[in-house]
Amino acid sequence: MNIRVADDLTHAVGCIDVTHVSISLGEEAEAFEAVSDLSFAVTPGEFVCILGPSGCGKSTLLGAVAGHLKIGGGQLTVDGKPVLGPSPDRGIVFQQHTLFPWKRVRDNVAFGPKMRGVGKQERRRAADQILQLVGLSGFEHFYPSQLSGGMQQRVEIARVLINRPRVLLMDEPFGALDAQTRNMMQEVLLDIWTEIPTTTVFVTHDIDEALFLADRIVVMSARPGRIVEDLRLPFARPRVSDLVTDVEFVRLKRHVRGLLRQPEKAPQLARLDPLGVQEA
Amino acid sequence: MKVIRCLIRGCSVLSCVALWQLASSLHANLGVITFRNVPPPTEVVESALALLKSPKLLAHVGSSLWRVFAGYGAAAVAGVAFGFAIGRSRAAGDLLLPPLELLRPIPAVAWIPLSILIFPSSELSMIFITFIGALFPIILNTIHGVANVDRRLVASARSLGGTSTAILFEVVLPAAAPSIVTGLAIGMGTSWFCLVTAEMISGQFGIGYYTWEAYTLQNYADIIVGMLIIGVLGMGSSWLLTTFGQALMPWRRAVETR
Repeated sequence: MNIRVADDLTHAVGCIDVTHVSISLGEEAEAFEAVSDLSFAVTPGEFVCILGPSGCGKSTLLGAVAGHLKIGGGQLTVDGKPVLGPSPDRGIVFQQHTLFPWKRVRDNVAFGPKMRGVGKQERRRAADQILQLVGLSGFEHFYPSQLSGGMQQRVEIARVLINRPRVLLMDEPFGALDAQTRNMMQEVLLDIWTEIPTTTVFVTHDIDEALFLADRIVVMSARPGRIVEDLRLPFARPRVSDLVTDVEFVRLKRHVRGLLRQPEKAPQLARLDPLGVQEA
Repeated sequence: MKVIRCLIRGCSVLSCVALWQLASSLHANLGVITFRNVPPPTEVVESALALLKSPKLLAHVGSSLWRVFAGYGAAAVAGVAFGFAIGRSRAAGDLLLPPLELLRPIPAVAWIPLSILIFPSSELSMIFITFIGALFPIILNTIHGVANVDRRLVASARSLGGTSTAILFEVVLPAAAPSIVTGLAIGMGTSWFCLVTAEMISGQFGIGYYTWEAYTLQNYADIIVGMLIIGVLGMGSSWLLTTFGQALMPWRRAVETR
């Protein structure tokens, strides 16, 4: 059983500790260090955005926390336990949805409970419940290919959260959506997050997105990725879309943009993804 | 519009049949080919009706169907199993793939003499030829499907708590299904082709044997009846396969009708 059952309820879950972590990608001659000697911590319940240019290793780090990539050095623990492989305790949402095309929405969401041996009736009820929470009631019988991009990501989030993970890891989940849908999805995500408070690590290169969502922003430099600044955001919750015109928001945005500014001739690095492959 | 197009298509078929009737009743000699020994459609229909009434039809079609069922069935089971093993495990690939790659370029029909020597009965040797004919397309397509499963889906399933066995059945199998069905469809075609050839050479009963026997007995109309039956059987079995595939993969239809 991977699901925390006996955990002391007074003890908050979702504490991530990254200590001097290095991660190498690629084979033999083409190997390179995507993350080197990185340290930071996420406290339970926090919503942290990792912000950085393409190829800085932020998604690689996320993949390591999820357990899909092995770390080469250092220590990586979640709630004190070293990460040894993928687990439903550490749910991950990718940029492109990974819903099973052959399963209807409801059965996609019920996949985690099914793997835990939950009965059909019960897991379907649980799936319908969480689908209602993400605003997809009435779409239980659809196949993923029949949904829009935004709806697919909602299903993806529901499928991860039904496992009540200790941490929610998101790799530019709205990066492939159009601007309007992306803004809507950011608000949807915050609503869900209020209903199911989960420690969240959200990787993005969109400054507005990070400022709108996060309690805290970790800004990384280009490869080899280093933490340039660890920024705590003062904005109150619940947040509304008007926030983006707030004076303090604009000031912080200018500040972060300054941090991310790269020299003119800096090479554009290929995007890495949490599974370690470089996308074409 | 649709009615007119259907009409044109129907006329096209009818005029081909009419030309055939004309050519064979005139015993036309076109130089390269001659219609001197080709029976006209009317005679073919007569022979077909006669065959339909005789118990011979059931015996011939029955034994062909049984051979395809046995040979193709064995190829489907073995092909999918081997394909899965090779596609999923590098060790299985190293162990099984080299001999298969060596045998693959040999057309199934070339196996006929050897298989007659190997097997105790011609029945078994024909089933074997059917098996060999269907095996390679099924194996290759299964390997292709299994090896090309989106690794993100597998990663996702593992993150959701899926065990290796669960991932095999819940992710790899359905992801490879379209490829497997393609392999099965191609295999069905080649297995009929191989069977008919094998029956012509070594058969007793079977629709290929019937067609060849008609030639040796100079029942020329029966040759064409045999050809038509082979066509119908091939068409029927691929229709069955397509229907079966669609029933098995309803999500594929959902994409089309979006």
